[in-house]
This record gives sequence, C-alpha cells and structure tokens, in this order.
Amino acid sequence: MNTVDAGAAITRAHRAEWARIVAALAKRFGDLDIAEEATAEAYATAVERWPADGVPPNPGGWLTTTATRRAIDRIRRERKRADKYREAWMVADDGPAEPVGAIDDDRLRLIFTCCHPALAAEARVALTLRLVGGLTVAEIARAFLVQENTMGRRITRAKAKIAAARIPYRVPSAADLPARVSGVLAVLFLVFNEGYLSTGPDTDPVRHDLTAEAIRLTRTLLPADGEVTGLLALMLLTEARRDARIAADGTLVPLAEQDRGAWHTALIAEGHHLVRQRLATGEPPGRYQILAAVNAVHTSARDARDTDWAQIVALYDHLVRLDPSPIVALNRAVAVAELDGPDVALATVDRLAEPLAGYHAYHATRADLLRRLGRSHEARAAYDRAIALAGNTAETAHLTRRRAQLAPPPP
Amino acid sequence: MQYLLSVLDVDAGTATPDEMAAIDTFNERLRSAGHWVFAGGLAAPDTATVVDNRDGAALVTDGPYLESKEYLAGFWIIRAADLDVALALASDGSRACNRRVEVRPFR
Repeated sequence: MNTVDAGAAITRAHRAEWARIVAALAKRFGDLDIAEEATAEAYATAVERWPADGVPPNPGGWLTTTATRRAIDRIRRERKRADKYREAWMVADDGPAEPVGAIDDDRLRLIFTCCHPALAAEARVALTLRLVGGLTVAEIARAFLVQENTMGRRITRAKAKIAAARIPYRVPSAADLPARVSGVLAVLFLVFNEGYLSTGPDTDPVRHDLTAEAIRLTRTLLPADGEVTGLLALMLLTEARRDARIAADGTLVPLAEQDRGAWHTALIAEGHHLVRQRLATGEPPGRYQILAAVNAVHTSARDARDTDWAQIVALYDHLVRLDPSPIVALNRAVAVAELDGPDVALATVDRLAEPLAGYHAYHATRADLLRRLGRSHEARAAYDRAIALAGNTAETAHLTRRRAQLAPPPP
Repeated sequence: MQYLLSVLDVDAGTATPDEMAAIDTFNERLRSAGHWVFAGGLAAPDTATVVDNRDGAALVTDGPYLESKEYLAGFWIIRAADLDVALALASDGSRACNRRVEVRPFR
C-alpha cells in the first residue's frame, strides 16, 4: 500500500462518510462537540495508520468504530464533568454502528440542528460546513474572510449553546417545518456557492464534494415546498456547467464562452423538469424558483447568442420585487447589458458602489462593462480591485487574463 | 430541563387587565401540561436594593444593579423537554403578557 492510495482513500472516505459518522455519533452520544472531535480524531488516525497498515476493507466502518472508541475515551476522561444522562446513554446504547437505512434521517437531523433559528445566521453556516460538510475550521474561516480563531470561537460557542440550551437533534414538527426549511435552504445555498466558487489560494476552484453534498442534502428535504424544488433545480442547472466552467489551464470560463457541448445533459434535463413542474402549479414562485428559471433560460440556449435576455431581465424584475437587495440589482444589470447595452447597465451598476464596495463580483462586473465600452483605463482599475477581492483561483486567473487583454496604458 | 423565561419591559408598567387575563390562561396551560415550575411579576426596578457582602462588610445600595433601557418585569420558570418546546411556550407567553421574552436554560 502506498501513501498516494491511502491518501486517496482518506479523501474519498472523508467525502462519503464524514457527515454520516458525525450524525451517528451525535445521535448516540447526544453531544455534537464530542461527535465532531471524535470523528476528526478518527480521520487523523487514518492519516497516520492507513499508509503503513493499508486501507481497511470497509473504510467507513473502520472510521465509525475508531470515532466511537475515541468518543467513549473522551467521555470517560471527562466522567467527573459528564452528566449522568450521558453515562446512562452509553450504557443503554453500546450496540453496533447504525444500519445503513437510518443514515439520511441522521444527517437530516444534524442539518436541522446546525441550522436552528436560535443560532446566529453566521454560526449556522459555519456549523453546517464543519459538522455536515466536514470542512476544517481554517477552510471555513477562509471562506468567510475571518480569522481562524474567530471562526473557531464562533463554532465553539454555537456548539456550547446547542448543548446548554438543549437545541433538539431532530427534524422539526410539521407546523414548524416551512420556516425551518427556509432557514436550511439559505445555508445549503451558501454551502453550494462555496463549493461552486471555492475560496482560498490552495483550494480547488470547484469543490465538487461541497456542491454534491449541498445537492444531496437539498434532495433529502424534498418535497417540503416549492422553494426546495426551486433550489434543487437551481443547483442542478448550475452544477451541469461545472466542467465547461474551468479551462484546462485552471482559468474560469464565463458563461458566454463556455463549450455548451460539455454541459451535463442529464442534470439539465432534471433541472428543466423541476422548473416546469413548479411552473405547472401556478403558485407564485420564491427566489430560488425564479433563479432556477433564469438558469433554465440560459441552459435552453444552444449558443450564447440565442439566449432570451428579455426573459431573463423579466425574471430579474420579478426577483427585485421579492428581494430588492443590491446583489440582485447587480445580477439584473448583467442581463440588462446584453439586452440594452453595457452603457445602460453601467449606469445601474455605478449606483451600487456604496453597498457593494467590498464585493469582488461588483468590481468584476463593472470592469467587464468598462472593457466593453472601451474605457480601458477605468477597466484596469476595476480589474485590480476585483482581483484583490476575489478568493477563487480560477476567477483570479480569468480576471488577470482579461486585464492583460486591455489596451496598454498610455506611456 | 428547566428554562427561565424573562419578561422584558421598557418601563415598569404593570400588566393591563386584558394582559393579566391572558397570562392567567397561559399559566393554567403551563400547569395542566406539566411545564409549570414557578412564575412571578416583579415590582418596578426603582424598588430594588443591591447588597454586596463579598468582602464581609455588607454594602447596601439603593436601586437596580445596572441602568438599562429594559428591565426584568417578571419571569416564568418552566420545565420543557428541549429548546423547541421552550421557544414555543415563550412565544405564547410573549403574546399573553404582550412583552418580549428571553429564554435561558438553567445549568
């Protein structure tokens, strides 16, 4: 067994098993902190042992058993502090690992706990990425542009509150479900976006594990309401373009320049089917359904030039009424540039300068519009700003290439 | 699991008769469903006295221990299986007493 094989097996097992193991341990020991730490220790043990001892025949089982032992060790160490309930629980449930059939329920419970409304919004995302997504605290800190110890404290505080206030580890009741699902969708969308446009200098530009996990978790929420379907369709239609989105040299390829033959037709077909299914209900769409419809229009065009921009602008008009945020206005402006020209779009974009000053996509959009208007000097400044703020390696490469293509500055 | 539901109020106004009636109904529900531990309404914050005997010489000071925009007007101590149950009860309690309610677990 060589180190490369063991490393690949650990990566695979991390993707496939992390959330399941955390969820199973959380259920068994009733403590997210112990579940997370013991799972992390089990993976660390695998990193030490597998290259030397070989990959076990059932990596998931090995990791679960190791994590369970670590959890029990820790509880014994903390016996004086551990409450009676936990001791009783361990005695009562010392059985074998969870059967496979219970996996999804456990993960679903875990995600509802991580996304509980009694936790601060930023803590929900961080906890979900840590406990369900299996990202390290350092990765999450990078994704949200905060110091690692700040993110660590945020996660620790959230876990302490879950334990002390007894935030339940279960799927909410039917009466509470719609509100709780909407909170979970917001978190899953953030997880998906972090996977689709990963941040960090040493991070893959697309983290398929995160996008796949977000899609998988969204599926487990079906068919709670139309927005779940909308978000799933949106993710599928976005994910369908992933291979066309990064060039061989690691540069981001904008939608208009993508090789549409490389899009995944099965994902597009499913996404279109879901969008049509929602349209057929005649119910007023929420934001995810509208965004899914926008992406359905994009993926219906065989060639970028065939895109029905009028329909996209109409959909964004609808979205602006639901969500008059500057980011929606920015995305609408991108479509307006295609319909009415970059000068019209730039007028809108310039009005968003204040709220979006720290947002890389604002500067990237503005740079692109200025470039198309031949205002190279201003475009260069906007590209500089966008590159400074962008955290995704492929996007940085794309912006750098575009900047290099500008007319040279006057001598 | 026990939770303290603190009733927050901007001034020391007592409950109106309608609020009192709603609180009574809510209290009855807490009792019949087994959530009731204790509850009480507090007199105005300016009736408070602070005693500090940490160093063995009791110092008595008039007034609440900190100046704040909001005061504790009353409280419930309830028994609930978990935070979701406590939050649902706090939501009904807030409606009944027509004030904001903070939910905090006991250790």
